[in-house]
Amino acid sequence: MNKLVHNELLKLFRKKRLFVIILIIAALVPLFTYAQYQEVKTTREKLGNVDWRTQLQQEIVDTQNRLSSSRMQDDWRKYLKIRLAQQQYYLDHNINPQAPGAPTFMRVFVENSIDLLLPLLVMVVAADLVSSEASGGTIKLLLTRPVKRWRILLSKYLALILSVSFIVTASAVLSYAISGVVFGYGGWGMPLLTGFSTSGEELVTNTVHLIPQWQYILMEFGLVWFVCLVVGTLTFMLSVLLRSTAAVMGIMLAALIAGAILSNMVSSWESAKYLFMVNLSLTDYISGMATPIEGMSLGFSLIVLLVWAIGGLVVSFAVFTKKDVY
Amino acid sequence: MSQSPALSVNNLRKTIGKKDIIKGISFDLYPGEVFGFLGPNGAGKTTTIRMIVGLIKPSSGTVLIGGKNVQTHFGDAMKDLGCIVENPELYSYLTGWENLEHFARMDPSIPQKRLHEVVELVDMGNRIHDRVGTYSLGMRQRLGIAQALLGDPKLLILDEPTNGLDPAGIREMREFIRFLAEKEKLCVMVSSHLLSEIQLMCDRVAIISKGSIIRVDSVHALLAEQERVVWKAEPLEKAESLLREVTNVTRSEGHLITLYDENQIGNWNRMLVTAGVEVKEMRTKLPALEDLFLELTGGEHIE
Repeated sequence: MNKLVHNELLKLFRKKRLFVIILIIAALVPLFTYAQYQEVKTTREKLGNVDWRTQLQQEIVDTQNRLSSSRMQDDWRKYLKIRLAQQQYYLDHNINPQAPGAPTFMRVFVENSIDLLLPLLVMVVAADLVSSEASGGTIKLLLTRPVKRWRILLSKYLALILSVSFIVTASAVLSYAISGVVFGYGGWGMPLLTGFSTSGEELVTNTVHLIPQWQYILMEFGLVWFVCLVVGTLTFMLSVLLRSTAAVMGIMLAALIAGAILSNMVSSWESAKYLFMVNLSLTDYISGMATPIEGMSLGFSLIVLLVWAIGGLVVSFAVFTKKDVY
Repeated sequence: MSQSPALSVNNLRKTIGKKDIIKGISFDLYPGEVFGFLGPNGAGKTTTIRMIVGLIKPSSGTVLIGGKNVQTHFGDAMKDLGCIVENPELYSYLTGWENLEHFARMDPSIPQKRLHEVVELVDMGNRIHDRVGTYSLGMRQRLGIAQALLGDPKLLILDEPTNGLDPAGIREMREFIRFLAEKEKLCVMVSSHLLSEIQLMCDRVAIISKGSIIRVDSVHALLAEQERVVWKAEPLEKAESLLREVTNVTRSEGHLITLYDENQIGNWNRMLVTAGVEVKEMRTKLPALEDLFLELTGGEHIE
């Protein structure tokens, strides 16, 4: 099996797909870094010459005042206390919450690329993994070797998993290394709020707690890896089903973009939550953003994605091992 | 032949939807022979070959390669098989050598030195380290054969091996195939729609038309059976009417053509001479497989 995976990686590498993807990320990250930098500058101008420490101090006093009020629900009080701890930490450790470091940039980058950019890049690799062998005719040579078909497909899938891991790691490394030039490389320990959940219309805050940024980022990259793997698996399935790489890309592209559009308009179409493409923004659950459809949670989305991926794999293997090759 | 067959095809069928593509064909191939698989385009040659090499699942029937069933013992059967199905499509972005390495990795029983052997065998020389995208069709065909020979197969299946080659390339390919069969004792199965090709390089031939095998025989026997006599005589009309009384005659371009019958031919000649016909020329003619094919299939068109 090692040798088969070696073959697949060699082909991927020689087709220069991974190289192009790294190039794309390396080109986009400076762009985003510049945009982020501009945003920070604008915020700073809005605040005028007020020292951020003074402003933070003011916020802390505000929060303390609100806490001392007696007419307050318990969970809200708890939430405010956590906010207070966070603000206090910033002040004590001399961290300007408005001035991001490279880890903060990584976090923002990954949160914004989880539902479209990174899945698209993964799609580029996965789309022609099988279909290119079919359209190029090399599948006939591949399948007349003393190797069972399922092993050939499995070697391709393992190569896909490795590529996905590589792309996610590369985007983490590149976004950190490049943005650090502008923002500095510090900020791993900065505490961030997480643990939000929604119940009905309300944001439930009684499970909110603080975690250091490095942990937060690690969680987010884990989720990104999972999302990319699911998208990769579904693309892989289409690649098995269709001979034309262009058709695979077209369908997958349409699905991903449809997901981005649907997320903004399906709040009342409840069964849409079972579509894989509206479940891609897993990082939103960590940062506490509103879900596109009521009743969605991190666990729900993970299960929906997992079911889609398993379905994709089953179809891929069933079709690939049975189909007549013309 | 007392040897066990290198390939044994038994009542192979393929039905797609309600249409019978291959209608139950059977034949055996033996080591050291070149076997021609002849039929017009669309007769089912490629479908049959794809079923033999395991790319298409037969609706019924068995394929044994070296005695091993392709359906149930795929890995073992494939170890004895080398093939090119249709065009030799290799990875154009890899070099020839990398292509060979790629396929060698898929079979752990192939030793590293086998790569050098096959490259030498097909005489690729230093071009082996160029990208396949830069190869001519002839080079690609050779590389295709090199990869087919990698696993030291007992059975080599080549689908239309001379397609697209220039005359020198066709000749070279023909000699190479004969060499493999005679010196390396391989069993080579060659499909073609070019009858002259089969005639020149095969020992035996199967003729397939519309999904059924019409005939399996040695090329020599097939041709001998269909041997003809060409007559040139004066006056032609008289000779024709006389011959018509004893056998079938066809007339073409001032010649008369009859079947060749060793026992009768002298009598026919005497008959003509005594009737005052001047026989100017009598010669036997081996028919081209083209004629044979038309006869066997009842005029189905071929290229």
